[in-house]
Amino acid sequence: MNFLAYAFMQRALIAGALIGATAGAVGVYVVLRGFSFIGAGIAHAAFGGVAIAILVGVNPLWGALVFSLLVAWGIAYTSRRGHLKEEVAIGILFATAMALGIFLLRFVPGYRADLFGYLFGNILAVSSTDLVASFALAGAVISVIALLYKEFLFVTFDPVMAEVAGFPVGILQGALLSLVALTVVLSLRVVGAVLVAALLVIPAATVYQFVRDFHRLLFLSAALGVGEVIGGLTVSFYLNTPPGPTIVLLSAAIFVVALGRRRR
Amino acid sequence: MKPVVELSDVWVELGGHTVLEGITMTVGEGEFVSVVGPNGAGKTTLLKVILGLIRPGQGEVRVFGKAPWALGRDRARIGYVPQTEEVDLSFPIRVIDVVLMGRYGALGWMRRPAAADRRAALEAMELVGIGDLADKVIGEISGGQRQRAFLARALAARPDLILLDEPTTGVDPAASGSFYDLLHRIQGRGVTILMVTHDIGVVSQFVDKVACINRKLVVHGRPEEVVTDEVLAEMYGCAALFFHHGRAPHMVVRPHRAFRREGER
Ligand SMILES: Nc1ncnc2c1ncn2[C@@H]1O[C@H](COP(=O)(O)OP(=O)(O)OP(=O)(O)O)[C@@H](O)[C@H]1O
Ligand SMILES: [Mg+2]
Repeated sequence: MNFLAYAFMQRALIAGALIGATAGAVGVYVVLRGFSFIGAGIAHAAFGGVAIAILVGVNPLWGALVFSLLVAWGIAYTSRRGHLKEEVAIGILFATAMALGIFLLRFVPGYRADLFGYLFGNILAVSSTDLVASFALAGAVISVIALLYKEFLFVTFDPVMAEVAGFPVGILQGALLSLVALTVVLSLRVVGAVLVAALLVIPAATVYQFVRDFHRLLFLSAALGVGEVIGGLTVSFYLNTPPGPTIVLLSAAIFVVALGRRRR
Repeated sequence: MKPVVELSDVWVELGGHTVLEGITMTVGEGEFVSVVGPNGAGKTTLLKVILGLIRPGQGEVRVFGKAPWALGRDRARIGYVPQTEEVDLSFPIRVIDVVLMGRYGALGWMRRPAAADRRAALEAMELVGIGDLADKVIGEISGGQRQRAFLARALAARPDLILLDEPTTGVDPAASGSFYDLLHRIQGRGVTILMVTHDIGVVSQFVDKVACINRKLVVHGRPEEVVTDEVLAEMYGCAALFFHHGRAPHMVVRPHRAFRREGER
């Protein structure tokens, strides 16, 4: 039976492709800035937001959006002021937000299964409303990267010179972290808070083994992201395995092969 | 001579310590000034004040007649080569693209570099003698070549003022000689240059003025007036002597009686 015949599978593939492209592109900045930990941090914070949203009875994705953006700007602000290193700020923020989520779980017993879905994702339950939201989020993230390509390259490569040249480095770094936050929210339904960091890091790290040109890295990482999500979904359909972990394991396997054949 | 950089009674405190004490100095248009002083003297801090990266606690700073944090479009008229480029050498970026970053400030928001910017970048690379390295990755060239690339980036904007912080660290003597020659030629086009260096003996033959800094501005004047035992002793806290031998001055750290007066006459 051709898996494309199922409507839920078509929606899953479209959502997956959008996530793969977005996470692949945003992941380039995550990998080059060396803040892979931030993706995981923001994702766990988003999970805290989901729990609160369920508790107060609004769409969980709004909770995730607000929480992850707050954490993104919190990290940008604290590290910019030089109070704390980024890594320390994230360590504190993400554990706290996650603890809050699990703490609140105690008060929403009826929704545990639902929360579990946000932790590990459920790509096969993507609705057509989710799909519209995915198009909007992915479109927003990719347009911002296209418009601010030069600015983001500058602050990622050399923030001091970017500041000397008159660019608002703090705001640009906050904007980059916001893109990470939006990507996390976009991916939450599909791969879940625990695994989204893998989508942000693995495609970029894989292409990085071969490519020495930033522009090409951005494109190829987005393309590989699409390929890996779609490939993982297809495999999970035929092997009847959970989609999120299948995608991550496939990506990790491709990364290991790439590491073996790297040319630099 | 029109002043390009003016500092009057500038005080800077960092982490509870006074780093600069009442610095007053002026750099005129087209001048080549070198800043010397021991480690921790505040030389880098001085450049950062001029760039607007550090705001003085007291005193006034003017660059092109404006406060450094309110330069607006004039910001693109400044080129800067930092002391240690804290860039990631594994970053996947080609030398030409790094040099092109020198044009970003003038381009403004969201505009991509065009053919004219590329031409300016390549021209700057030719000027510093790395025209053939355009397509190399930044991490795959030598330290000295990279230093030239950062100078090319500063030149690519065709700046009217260049600030350099120990630009020849890690550059071999022959190359640093031609580097200073190059700066001298750039100065010939009317560009104002302010350079921090420890190569005091060598640069004395190129620069118009030397500013000796050790928290305070010890002296600021023509090299032959400034580079004396007394000044160097005050600055470095040890006796040192410069004597001129032909055009090139030499530094002797332990003063030698026989050479003592010869150096100044
Ligand atoms: N961010 C900072 N916080 C606190 N103190 C600082 C900071 N940056 C520099 N300092 C102090 O200010 C003083 C001057 O530093 P600066 O970097 O300007 O010296 P420098 O003359 O450039 O030295 P070097 O020759 O080693 O480059 C030093 O004592 C240094 O410890
Ligand atoms: Mg210094």
